[in-house]
Amino acid sequence: MAERGGDMDAPGSEAGRAVCTAPAQNAAQRPCKRPGRSLALGSALLACLLATVVLACGVGSYPSTAGQTLLALLQALGLRAGDAVDPSLAVVIVDIRLARVLLAGLTGASLAVAGAAFQGVLRNPLADSFTLGVSGGAAFGASLAILSGIAGEAALAGEARVLPACALAGALTALGLVLALARAGGGPLSGLRRETVVLAGIVVSTFLAALISLLKSLDEESVASIVFWIMGSFQGRGFEHAALAWPYMLLGAGLVFWRARELDVLALGETQARLLGLDAGRSRLWLLFGASLLSGAAVAISGVIGFVGLVVPHLIRLLLGAGHARLLPASALLGALLLIWSDVAARSVLPGGAELPVGVVTALIGGPFFCLLLARKSLGGKGREGGA
Amino acid sequence: MIRARGLSCGYAGRAVLRRVDLHLAPGEFVALLGPNGAGKTTLLLALAGALPALDGAVELDGRDMARLSARERARLVSCVPQRAEVPAGFTVRELVRMGRYAHTNFFGGYGPQDDDAAQAALADAHCLDLAERQAAELSGGEQQRVLLARALCQGRRALLLDEATSALDLARRVEAFDLLARQHQRGGTVLAAAHDLNLAALYCTRLVFLKAGRVALDGPTTDIFTEANLRDIYETDIRVAPHPVTGAPQAHLVPGAGAGASL
Repeated sequence: MAERGGDMDAPGSEAGRAVCTAPAQNAAQRPCKRPGRSLALGSALLACLLATVVLACGVGSYPSTAGQTLLALLQALGLRAGDAVDPSLAVVIVDIRLARVLLAGLTGASLAVAGAAFQGVLRNPLADSFTLGVSGGAAFGASLAILSGIAGEAALAGEARVLPACALAGALTALGLVLALARAGGGPLSGLRRETVVLAGIVVSTFLAALISLLKSLDEESVASIVFWIMGSFQGRGFEHAALAWPYMLLGAGLVFWRARELDVLALGETQARLLGLDAGRSRLWLLFGASLLSGAAVAISGVIGFVGLVVPHLIRLLLGAGHARLLPASALLGALLLIWSDVAARSVLPGGAELPVGVVTALIGGPFFCLLLARKSLGGKGREGGA
Repeated sequence: MIRARGLSCGYAGRAVLRRVDLHLAPGEFVALLGPNGAGKTTLLLALAGALPALDGAVELDGRDMARLSARERARLVSCVPQRAEVPAGFTVRELVRMGRYAHTNFFGGYGPQDDDAAQAALADAHCLDLAERQAAELSGGEQQRVLLARALCQGRRALLLDEATSALDLARRVEAFDLLARQHQRGGTVLAAAHDLNLAALYCTRLVFLKAGRVALDGPTTDIFTEANLRDIYETDIRVAPHPVTGAPQAHLVPGAGAGASL
């Protein structure tokens, strides 16, 4: 066990493999998975999500019962249900809270799917938009836009889309940089080595973090709005931001879901993937692009929110196995659930209407939870070795 | 079916195979033999399209493999690699069904015909009892049977096997070669790299010996499975005697004839 523990600390592929093999050892001790299991979990998550939307729309400084909230939501959809809800309450529920709930749900689903895709493509359980520099790129793009005043001018001119667009451009530029760095080791883009990609991601994200700190110290006045991007928050975000992000999210999700089978084959490694007829290099590029669109769009509207892309796919993998046809949709649902409730906590925990950055909440939940996952894995490993 | 013309292959520019010419006719059952490092694995990976040629070409059904897409190529030849990483979190059935990847269409997922192919392959490779287990949990021998099932699921016209029975116990090994022989009788082409000379001589009609990256011997089993040839190839004393049941030539090692002993 000591050597496995040591492996986990080391970056790169060996660590990836050690952590990767452990959960299945756990999984196999349970009775074999029935096909109905993923369906049951999927329906349960979907039901939870629907209930969550209603419940989460009811939480806030202007409280409403679940029944009132449901009525307000149904009436907003144009259904004639029950008595008319107080118009000011309806505005709070639909225009303010529902917008945030939808935004948090979209962002959580995108981050979770992107994390699952990054982990699958790079066969590294520590990969997600955070470690690959994609989130850092988005935050840097946003910081640059804030500092140069572009964002402010555009916002005054009634164009709120410039800041998220800069963030998305930053995310894709960071991915390009990571791929170029990974390629600098030699060979064609199709022959990308996953170890080099992860290393390049760490280098790029560290460098970008330094650049963001530099920007912050250059302009003390912008620090507050830059910090928003680094910690992540849905404060003051509404339907217009969701409208901005969803086309990129849809495109990214489409690319990743469409190539779910390729993620399975890629999990077998380069040689087996080629033997089975997969052009591994091209497939990886498309998947990385799709996952970057997802996380770039998410970061563009919410700032950098960690741990969702890391914890959610791991948890689903423990429950449903590694097949991406089930892993991706289940991760999307659980990611949405997690972030909606994190946002509810972020906006209701502090007294007096003050808000926590939601990234703080996900980190506070995700950190200990991830430790728990790791502990479970090593326990599972011990059990197996003892029994073998 | 499969033809290599002047094929040179290797890793990082260093050639392991040097100008290999080999033709496998449809329906042949050929063993690929030779000492360690002779290039057996390299040749199989090159024929299966997992390793690009440094020089020369591989043809499948008369078509240059370099011009085929990965999917087209994988529909023509299936391969059981020697060291296959089996990732965590997949059941045996899922792993075997991945053999159908090249057969699925661009948009759809795996369909009922893919499930049927996986089921048939699992049955043929005697893996049905393993089907719902976690693939990463299996023993080395069980994993080899599963990989054989996946190759069957991928396609049965041309099977390339790299030491695909090395971890199997004796009964399973005979079972696996019986299975390959059945594929061969139904018109499938089989090329099996093996260390087990006797198993090869028992089942295969033609043997190809590689040595130092070249084809050293190639011909019908009865012609080339001779004491003189085997001694040349393996550089140790080997005696050949007929198999008590089938009469096929079988090799026997002589103790004390290892490296350093003069022949």
